[in-house]
Amino acid sequence: MSAFIGKYADELIKTAKYIATPGKGILAADESTGTIGKRLASINVENIESNRQALREMLFTAPGALPFLSGVILFEETLYQKTADGKPFVDLLLENSVIPGIKVDKGTIEIAGTNGETTTQGLDSLGARCQQYYNAGARFAKWRAVLKIGPCEPSELSIVQNAQGLARYALICQENGLVPIVEPEILTDGSHDIAKCAAVTEKVLAAVYKALNDHHVLLEGTLLKPNMVTPGSDSPKVSPEVIAEYTVTALRRTVPPAVPGIVFLSGGQSEEEATLNLNAMNKLEVLKPWTLSFSFGRALQQSTIKKWVGKKENVEAAQATFLVRCKANSEATLGKYAGGNTDAAASESLYVKGYKY
Amino acid sequence: MASATLLKSSFLPKKTDWFGARPTANRQVTVSLTVRASSYADELVKTAKTVASPGRGILAMDESNATCGKRLASIGLENTEANRQAYRTLLVTAPGLGNYVSGAILFEETLYQSTVDGKKMVDVLVEQSIVPGIKVDKGLVPLAGSNDESWCQGLDGLASRCAAYYQQGARFAKWRTVVSIPNGPSALAVKEAAWGLARYAAIAQDNGLVPIVEPEILLDGEHGIDRTFEVAQKVWAEVFFYLAENNVLFEGILLKPSMVTPGAECKERATPEQVASYTLKLLHRRIPPAVPGIMFLSGGQSEVEATLNLNAMNQGPNPWHVSFSYARALQNTCLKTWGGRPENVKAAQDALLTRAKANSLAQLGKYTGEGESAEAKEGMYVKNYSY
Repeated sequence: MSAFIGKYADELIKTAKYIATPGKGILAADESTGTIGKRLASINVENIESNRQALREMLFTAPGALPFLSGVILFEETLYQKTADGKPFVDLLLENSVIPGIKVDKGTIEIAGTNGETTTQGLDSLGARCQQYYNAGARFAKWRAVLKIGPCEPSELSIVQNAQGLARYALICQENGLVPIVEPEILTDGSHDIAKCAAVTEKVLAAVYKALNDHHVLLEGTLLKPNMVTPGSDSPKVSPEVIAEYTVTALRRTVPPAVPGIVFLSGGQSEEEATLNLNAMNKLEVLKPWTLSFSFGRALQQSTIKKWVGKKENVEAAQATFLVRCKANSEATLGKYAGGNTDAAASESLYVKGYKY
Repeated sequence: MASATLLKSSFLPKKTDWFGARPTANRQVTVSLTVRASSYADELVKTAKTVASPGRGILAMDESNATCGKRLASIGLENTEANRQAYRTLLVTAPGLGNYVSGAILFEETLYQSTVDGKKMVDVLVEQSIVPGIKVDKGLVPLAGSNDESWCQGLDGLASRCAAYYQQGARFAKWRTVVSIPNGPSALAVKEAAWGLARYAAIAQDNGLVPIVEPEILLDGEHGIDRTFEVAQKVWAEVFFYLAENNVLFEGILLKPSMVTPGAECKERATPEQVASYTLKLLHRRIPPAVPGIMFLSGGQSEVEATLNLNAMNQGPNPWHVSFSYARALQNTCLKTWGGRPENVKAAQDALLTRAKANSLAQLGKYTGEGESAEAKEGMYVKNYSY
């Protein structure tokens, strides 16, 4: 029953610790081809490989941005892509001390017999895929499980299913040299209050850690990517301080100190909201034995993409915008963000009901 | 914004309650409870924090009448209520005990007893700044269908018992279940131990008592320290999962684990540093930081061993208070020194205070072990020990 100590144990612990470095965080750039298509469509850019490559190159070469990142999650296609000059993205990132990660799940499907609850696919031949990704330079992985809040949700079945899936994924990753980011996202959809979200988050995280422990996952070689604890999307908003207290309380009740870092997802929060909430959590005067950082997709890229609109002449300005968000979130991990970004796009809510990746 | 109305009492400990030197911030924001609310929530959190205060730990003096009888017999005394009363009086009136002891676990008889001077035991304790606690389980019995293992009884009527004990002045409770490595342990026994603890904890909190959660992994056996570690990881994973399922408020509990050591009959012994290293790793992998205090049981270690091991665990900052809840490891020399004679009471109390102070220093990581007696180093392991 002890944790699985395979040949990669030391490396996993080192990598996880590095990713959790205070002042740094993760850029989630692992949108699948379908999902990135939606982003590109929103700025009237065609969803072809060269455009996807151009977007990612713009982000990875943004001057001054990479020092604020400890990792970038990639989609499979991107893992094997290069810059326009022919340098593999993986090499570019590693040269700048940014660890490449890889999305390894194969999306969610509905669990028959439930009220639209889902489980995540991707365990078949996961081991072999992880090995390939490791050889290609990836050192961490990500798998997104999704739960929702409703009158009878999340059901015991969905909690157990998703927790088991995460645990199996995590162990297989560790067997093959990848630090698993464990992501049990509880969607904000609904009219529930923050207390309800907290109760559900605590229940789900308790089940997740039980499953990880039962599966012998080495906690020191993992990271957690949870939702922040917030009111439902249809409920009145609350201040970052309230979100911080509920979130940190929930984490203190469920996440053992062996876990080196917690990297929040942004869900549908606006760029600024996500940063302010993260900042409030790090300002909280209470003992947090893990670092609290970010693993943001939309909340890092939204205004950057809007500025770019696919045009080469906008790249510099877009990269400057990207740098602003990276720096802001880096400060937030240290509780030092002063706030006050005046960009309208930064305050735009990114919430989409029933959001599907 | 609905923010202001959501803010009532926070579960996050205040700056003074944890280790670290950060500047005070203006903390006016507080948070209301989630599902795990009982009317006693605030008091539970406060009591748990008080018991888990730096430099202090628990004196376990909750031996049942039968077990107390064994102690008295070892110094040639008859197991009468008067003798039990005399002994407990000696313990609770030791001057300044409250400097090193934050809580005392009592047996039911003692909770309702007075000292030989006619003062209520609980009142004496409270005056000493020691929180009175009470053993609420009804002992171990054979677990049907297991591999000759035990389970802990006591859930029936527990709610009303706890309520009555609260009225009498108790503010924390204790329930001791055991897991045996030579017998497996079987998955059944581990599950039952964890589930029983979780149910007890929820009921205790509902009635105002901070539950001490004690799944003792018995020392008996020839197994090495790695095996103990393996079993402990499983047991604690189950315990915490069931505590969460029972909606127990983690900020209002205390843990009483056994340290991770080799079995008593294992030929390979472990140094205090090894015990500390294994035990701390276990704690880091299983104990959420919301739990305020971890009060180790001594389980048959000698008085000095128990102090050295505790000291080794406190050589660096920990996310929770790491302390002691010792019975034999605090009382052994004291009992022998007393021998049942009134003229020895002061010397016996001094012996108790010596051990209490040593463990207090160990909690702070400052124990040096100077001047320990041979008596204190003598092991107290008893094979197949039953309370």
